[in-house]
Amino acid sequence: MFKLNFELANPKRFMDLSAKLLPWIWVIAVGLLGTGLYMALFVAPPDYQQGETVRMMFIHVPAASMATMVYMFMAASSAVALIMKHPLADMAAKAAAPIGAGYTLLALITGSLWGKPMWGTWWVWDARLTSVLVLFFLYIGYMALWEAMEEPVKAAKAAAVLCLVGVVNIPVIKFSVEWWNTLHQPTSLAKMDGPAIHSSMLWPLAIMALAYGALFVALLLLRMRTEILKRRVRSLQLSRARAAVQAGAA
Amino acid sequence: MFELFSTMTALLRRDLTLSARLGGGGLLAVIFFIIVVSMVPFGVGPEGALLSKIAAGMIWVGVVLSMLLSLDRLFQADFEDGTLDLLMLSSLPKGALVLVKCTAHWLTTGLPLIVASPILAILLQLPDGLLGPLLVGLLVGTPAMSLIGAIGASLTVGLRRGGLLLSLLVLPLQVPVLIFGVAAAKSEALWSPSHMLLAAVTLMTLVVSPLASGAALKLNMT
Repeated sequence: MFKLNFELANPKRFMDLSAKLLPWIWVIAVGLLGTGLYMALFVAPPDYQQGETVRMMFIHVPAASMATMVYMFMAASSAVALIMKHPLADMAAKAAAPIGAGYTLLALITGSLWGKPMWGTWWVWDARLTSVLVLFFLYIGYMALWEAMEEPVKAAKAAAVLCLVGVVNIPVIKFSVEWWNTLHQPTSLAKMDGPAIHSSMLWPLAIMALAYGALFVALLLLRMRTEILKRRVRSLQLSRARAAVQAGAA
Repeated sequence: MFELFSTMTALLRRDLTLSARLGGGGLLAVIFFIIVVSMVPFGVGPEGALLSKIAAGMIWVGVVLSMLLSLDRLFQADFEDGTLDLLMLSSLPKGALVLVKCTAHWLTTGLPLIVASPILAILLQLPDGLLGPLLVGLLVGTPAMSLIGAIGASLTVGLRRGGLLLSLLVLPLQVPVLIFGVAAAKSEALWSPSHMLLAAVTLMTLVVSPLASGAALKLNMT
């Protein structure tokens, strides 16, 4: 495990390996997404209470769970980046942020679209919606901090500190918001006595969750590759500028 | 140990003297606080019943915004004239430096805001029984705002136009303080469970903030 870790830490090795893996991950992601969407939109039965709007759930629930999972991934990468000075870890955290923000926004928008026919309003200040909104703000702040700092090494450290502060605060925010107001239906998947959902709906949901996960990995690798190339371009430009200055001085 | 303590008090005295002689900071925050909360009746209408219902919440939102306003100067002034470099090179631990800065910020901004809030309670017709709980809540909760703010201020120190970014970073983290603070004000008791939760948030930030802000200062100064 550790050996693999160190081999992957080498950007060159990472570029080689990810170039080989990426097409396959794309195939898996697109395949799962296609199957999941087909099952969710055409195969799964309409709910006896919610009717056809229940299909929104297959898009919404996995997005909402990805929203928190991606943040956890970012926090873990940030911790690795700060503690072990792993060269790829801060790139992973940076690359994950917009994807996580995208899933969060998707969860917010689909939730809002679902809320209109179900609750009769686009938005309610209910506990879960509100904490997802705050999570979205945390993502935005994280990305804004990256953008604001020019030097990648410094920006990486600052963003990592912010991400870890955020992850410490997420449980507190979640608890406070839940304590403040609760209207959202409690989760029906993670229960001690098995999921309270019929298998005809559970399968599309599970496939969609896997599809979102695969899509995340594919986009993450793609963004990390882009980031490595960007940094190479940056260092090339810097050395070229330095050479030009030295030539001018001589 | 004693040396550390005397360094910290010396630094605190310096910061307080600076803010007293230069003026501005704390008093401006109070004036901003009064003006921004006075805007509320223009926004929602002059009905007494509605105003007294939202008074506690509006005062808390006003305090959050006013504390935010002065945060970008927390480390910036010392950064610009080089004092921060010297402080970082001194034997003073980074966490202790952050704690002193936060104490000074709270004494010059948080405390004046708390003193001013009864005036706003009158203007917004806060129900009589709620003033005590509101003030206790502000006393317990505002230190957390200085401490959380220090994280944002240390992350953005040295950045051009860091102020706007600072509010983006800090405001989402202030949500629990705001929620428990308003609940505490509405609890009609001087020490309710909400006050205790608020105190818990403050104590937690007391641990997290010196660590995080210290790390952020260190990386921004190298």
